Amino acid sequence: MKKKYSIFSLAKNALSGHKDWPKMWRSPEPREFYDVIIIGGGGHGLGTAYYLAKEHGLKNIAVIEKGWLGGGNTGRNTTIIRSNYLWDDSAHLYEHSLKLWENLSSELNYNVMFSQRGVMNLAHNEHDIKEIKRRVSANNLNGIDSFWLSKEEIQKKVPIMNTDNLRYPVLGASYQPRGGVARHDAIAWGFAMRADEMGVDIIQNCEAHQIRTKNGTIEGVETSKGFLRANKIGVVASGHTGVLAESAGIRLPLQSKPLQALVSEPIKPIIDTVVMSSAVHAYVSQSDKGELVIGAGTDNYNSFTQRGGFNIIEDTIRAMVELYPVFGKMKMLRQWGGIVDICPDASPIISKCDIEGLFFNCGWGTGGFKATPGSANVFAHTIAKNEPHQINSAFNLDRFASGRLVDEHGAAAVAH
Amino acid sequence: MLIINCPYCGPRDQSEFSNGGEAHVKRPDGSKEIGDREWGEYVFIRANPKGLFYERWVHTHGCRKWFNCVRDTSTDEILVTYKLDEKKPNLNNFKSVVKTPSGEPEVGSGNFTVEK
Repeated sequence: MKKKYSIFSLAKNALSGHKDWPKMWRSPEPREFYDVIIIGGGGHGLGTAYYLAKEHGLKNIAVIEKGWLGGGNTGRNTTIIRSNYLWDDSAHLYEHSLKLWENLSSELNYNVMFSQRGVMNLAHNEHDIKEIKRRVSANNLNGIDSFWLSKEEIQKKVPIMNTDNLRYPVLGASYQPRGGVARHDAIAWGFAMRADEMGVDIIQNCEAHQIRTKNGTIEGVETSKGFLRANKIGVVASGHTGVLAESAGIRLPLQSKPLQALVSEPIKPIIDTVVMSSAVHAYVSQSDKGELVIGAGTDNYNSFTQRGGFNIIEDTIRAMVELYPVFGKMKMLRQWGGIVDICPDASPIISKCDIEGLFFNCGWGTGGFKATPGSANVFAHTIAKNEPHQINSAFNLDRFASGRLVDEHGAAAVAH
Repeated sequence: MLIINCPYCGPRDQSEFSNGGEAHVKRPDGSKEIGDREWGEYVFIRANPKGLFYERWVHTHGCRKWFNCVRDTSTDEILVTYKLDEKKPNLNNFKSVVKTPSGEPEVGSGNFTVEK
């Protein structure tokens, strides 16, 4: 039955002490055979299953997840959404996603708390100014709302920012008003619930061990709950995608590194936009609960420990306190790391490969959350039609042989 | 934070070092014959295992020398560091703590970096 959420259902359930809410999705035992198996129950994977069922009419789909839904990078990011990327290919991909975000709460009838509070990217030196102004112009040519803010305009928007009295003074910024933040769990839960209603089996605590192939065609996947046969497999396992690809004999140009974030104790509203700075490496927004959500950088070595090095947090906090002296006495509540899969050109791979029926959606590196619905949408198209959507055709694996890279190191917030 | 044993200077704090990615990468032979795909693999693709990994480090803020290392990427435990001209150690000498390819080690990741 389709679950409906409204003010009335909320009032009704409040009267019964919120004990009678229906389960959002089933927890079925896996069947022996599926048309499509998606490995990875984060936002991208669940979204892919949702769009496969909704737009491509496939019904026999499973999503397998080694932990719990949205417990990987979907639950570990800083939830920033924007589309101000430099190259046409990326601009189209991220803008496609942003447009889906704008309608997602009503499409899913589930509040993903998408808040378009604007995203600012600071410039701290001459080169930053040139690079960011160039990107603003490129965005405008692609119809993306993006403009240049002077230092005075920044001070008006974010009065607590120290723009002058620091080692790398703030000289200006790009601003995308339609950017913002969303609720990270809600996107996973919303997609999961609606996919489940269309018959998708969501199987948690089911770890993929090995992808089995035969004569260059996919056979299925060995999991902790037994062998599951499939016609097609989509791997959306972020940091672990490379490990799974290896089990099928495919080498991907990915390196896995921990990316850290942290949140402060909750305080009253003090910053009503998202401010990012890749030069001094600090970005911050304030959650609805009042916590400052702060993004740190990646460690400079490969690792699968979901923790990261302390020196990385030190660097970020140093930059934060310099940019916002008012935060100097605040306490940090939590810190965590997620394993991101970084591609040499800082752009994702949404592609088929040499093995028939095997598809990859990976390489999102440090900025995949913003792309969740768009990535899922075009990946579902790629799996269903056996060929890429126009929007993701540039993000194939062949680009590492042809050299037609989509270099987004400038637009990626976290330098890598 | 890791303590890295520089083969020239001894154990030092990780912040003195920079990582150089996979070690023992060989430039392909026959550069005129091989195609774009092989070149692409050499340029862009590096090993990325969960578990034992040969890698390079450089003691940037110290002796500035490069050296090799075997580290378990699932725990960050450094198993051995060795000079560039030394033979690469056999991975069978070490025990990987990852039981399934994408599983988690029993001891919380990173805990082996403190002294046992």
